[in-house]
Amino acid sequence: MNKILGALLLALTVSACSTTGKQATVEDRTSGGTTQSATTGTAAGTGAETSGLGADGATGSALDGSGKYAGDPRKDPASPISKRSVYFDFDSFVVKDEYSPALEAHAAYLVSKRDSRVILQGNADERGSREYNLALGQKRAEAVRKALMVLGATDAQLEAVSFGEEKPRDEADSEAAYAENRRVDVVYGDE
Amino acid sequence: MLRTALFLPLFFLALLSAPFSARAAMEIEVVGGAANKIAIALLPFGAAPNQPAPAIAQIVGDDLKRSGQFSFLDTSGTPPAADITRVNAGAWRSQGAEAVVVGQVVAVSGGRFEVKFRLLDAVKQTQLAGFSYTIAAGQWRTTAHQIADIIYEKLTGTRGAFSSRIAYVQKQGKRYELKVADADGQNPRTVVRSGEPLISPAFSPDGGSLVYVSFEDKKPIVYVQSLRDGGRRKAAAFKGSNSAPAWAPDGRRLAVVLTRDQASQIYLINVDGSGLTRLTRGGNIDTEPVFSPDGQTLYFTSDRGGSPQIYRMAASGGEPRRLSFNGSYNVSPTVSPDGRYLAYIGRDGGRFRVMLHDLANGQTRVLTDSARDESPSFAPNGQSVLYATVQGGRGVLGTVSLDGKTRARLSESGIDAREPDWGP
Repeated sequence: MNKILGALLLALTVSACSTTGKQATVEDRTSGGTTQSATTGTAAGTGAETSGLGADGATGSALDGSGKYAGDPRKDPASPISKRSVYFDFDSFVVKDEYSPALEAHAAYLVSKRDSRVILQGNADERGSREYNLALGQKRAEAVRKALMVLGATDAQLEAVSFGEEKPRDEADSEAAYAENRRVDVVYGDE
Repeated sequence: MLRTALFLPLFFLALLSAPFSARAAMEIEVVGGAANKIAIALLPFGAAPNQPAPAIAQIVGDDLKRSGQFSFLDTSGTPPAADITRVNAGAWRSQGAEAVVVGQVVAVSGGRFEVKFRLLDAVKQTQLAGFSYTIAAGQWRTTAHQIADIIYEKLTGTRGAFSSRIAYVQKQGKRYELKVADADGQNPRTVVRSGEPLISPAFSPDGGSLVYVSFEDKKPIVYVQSLRDGGRRKAAAFKGSNSAPAWAPDGRRLAVVLTRDQASQIYLINVDGSGLTRLTRGGNIDTEPVFSPDGQTLYFTSDRGGSPQIYRMAASGGEPRRLSFNGSYNVSPTVSPDGRYLAYIGRDGGRFRVMLHDLANGQTRVLTDSARDESPSFAPNGQSVLYATVQGGRGVLGTVSLDGKTRARLSESGIDAREPDWGP
């Protein structure tokens, strides 16, 4: 149940991101200077994701007794691949063992689909220098990138970037919020 | 009055005669003794009908007060001089003034104004400066800042920085605006709007361009934008993150931090994006580079020693040397225009404050008394430091004099400001 909620939340998050993404275009007076990146979730991708969840219910997989998930394997709430966030301890860049099943599942998917691309978005809690926090978030994204490389993903499939402290998921000024923001999100290019 | 002040949140000057809705609440706080301040009698200027507000003398006075280098005689009951060539400097001298400023505004044809002022040496009873400007209403504040610059330079021997500009990022909800304002925080103009974060703006040495980092493409990319026509281009958009841009003094190259070779490392790149050269090597974080004024040295933040500290390195590369040793968190270095000082943010007991580091002897001094300071930047004349801090849960901009004794808050009320840079 938690995983389904998580997937739904993720869908909502991606949807929200892509909405702001449309507004994100920086206004200036250069013609053609406002190209919109297509690297992360577009509105179309979000729509597909949402209807994918609905289609799952409509196929009635329980009737044939297989219990197998019929949609995009990355959306299978029963698979560790549906886990998209890797959390870090304070001042740490070590990927904890509890994320091994999820990262193995992501790597297996990337190995099976070589045209698939992933952006690893690192984040940091909000204390201190913005640029230093950007580097900290990068260090975390880089740790996840290296783990996926070891598991068979290729360099061309992966891009580690950082949002530093700029896009906190939890904006509160508390230890719990800081912990939530010490995080790397795994985002597929076609989602 | 300032001479005896010990800890006085003193002036809410700009609010007093403010007809504009976008007026700032400027606070100037004087901390500690007031040694060696120059005593000025700043007399009210004769006013013209329908002149802009606030008065020229008030803008000039705010500028000079923010510097922390002057004290002011009470001139509030004094009528404007009927003839600014006949002012009794001796009478002000007897009340302790070392300098007297008199002035006058007269309406002239075409809706313009003639602004005249004279700066007198009250001791020698001679004129130190006298200028006349014929201006449009839109040049009102600029003219006042120029007058403040002249007074400052004549009385201190150092050029003023009141006519310079600052850049900063304003956040409102999920909207980000990169703004350029006058050095007193007034007259803000938006040069970039985005729904994604903007950080690390920096003026080019000639003041004609800004470099900054934008997240509009879902990752940090370095842009250079002309302030003349708003045109811009990507200066660094490599795989991974691109950030922490700093201008070389020649204005033709940038130091940037890229992660294309995995760890955050410092590179040099031409402003047009060509000629990429890697400067630091290793698996640690190297970021926040800044050039010395002669372009020979780079200062930067690195965690190579286990905690973030300030390092120095030849701008051509080579072995870095650690400069900061107090505390476990020193970040965001910036160099004074004469190359003598670094300002950076140091953490002590959970508080992030502005530190001043004398490069000749390594001595450091805490300049501020707040807890969430970020992003220090020297005035173009090196006499004060602009920084961001948090007050009441909101980002505000402040300046502090090099002795740490005079602090001013610049921000407009009700906005969240951060990432300031003080330009030419």
